[in-house]
Amino acid sequence: MGLFGKRSRKSSSVAKDRLKLVLIYDRAGTSSNNEMIEMMKRDIMRVISQYIEIEEEEIDLDIKTSNNTGEGVTSELVANIPIRKVKKLGKNRYQK
Amino acid sequence: MNNVIVVTSGKGGVGKTTTTANLGVGLARAGKSVVLMDTDIGLRNLDVVLGLENRIVYDLVDVVEGTCRLKQALIKDKRYDGLYLLPAAQTRNKMAVSPEQAKALVEELEKEFDYVLIDCPAGIEQGFQNAIAGAKSAIVVTVPEVSSVRDADRIIGLLSASEITDVKLLINRIRPDLVKKGDMLAIEDTLEILGVDLIGVVPEDEMIFRSSNLGEPAVTDDKSRAGSAYRNITQRILGKEIPIMDMEEKSGFFGKMKKLFGKN
Repeated sequence: MGLFGKRSRKSSSVAKDRLKLVLIYDRAGTSSNNEMIEMMKRDIMRVISQYIEIEEEEIDLDIKTSNNTGEGVTSELVANIPIRKVKKLGKNRYQK
Repeated sequence: MNNVIVVTSGKGGVGKTTTTANLGVGLARAGKSVVLMDTDIGLRNLDVVLGLENRIVYDLVDVVEGTCRLKQALIKDKRYDGLYLLPAAQTRNKMAVSPEQAKALVEELEKEFDYVLIDCPAGIEQGFQNAIAGAKSAIVVTVPEVSSVRDADRIIGLLSASEITDVKLLINRIRPDLVKKGDMLAIEDTLEILGVDLIGVVPEDEMIFRSSNLGEPAVTDDKSRAGSAYRNITQRILGKEIPIMDMEEKSGFFGKMKKLFGKN
């Protein structure tokens, strides 16, 4: 470690990051977390449907990993919400 | 903590049985009546760790099946007043007992003893379900290593799904020298990841080998660092507030290192 000039991260902080990430998945697979995602879905739907009409049955909400940056694996909340129709942002929102 | 405590971990080999034995002896030495219930049916070990393996006549499955009365299966540890062992069966498997039967058994024991400590098998299957069936509190044992911490998280989730909310973490076999070097998860890191309260930290201690060879839990050994950590945890179970770092650092590796380098 570090002998040839390349400083590597402490293995304990690598362990910590790896654990944090793997636990997001482990926890997401348990029933209590499925419940959490369902609740989140309901809340997101409520907010979005004030602006656009959405296909409620088609909403897909999930926690996924991405590996695109040089920084290693990160986790993200991915939502796929099909739009039925964009509402006219009319008077009712801006007049308040 | 409550009077019925399950000692669990998910992963095997992290020190559940050693912890159960040490805390049991610790509580007995503090004047409490304690029964240690080994639920690891088929792979019993609490008896050898306590040095009681030659005294087993009946076991937990015999009690559940009505082959003997509960009192006949309880082994009194003659060295420590108030300490009893209810051994697991060795030649049966985990399915020999149901969670309902295990719970009923714990309720019986609870009437007779101040504390019931339940030694849980590794895994999350039937044996785990049996072990937690009657428990009101849990001590989750982990070592500062990714696979063990991950399993501990799973166990904590399962405990809360079973409505056991009084869950405390015991970090076992920590090496303060490695933590300092950055090659071992620190106490704070582990706590942050798992999000539970700490009941204690037990340093890696070669004397644990000696104590399990002899069948004499380290908690009775004044020279053992792990033993003194277990004595502190015993006091915390009894409701005393003992600071974690202070007590365990001084006698532990950190203390020695600090002295060595003149920091303090």
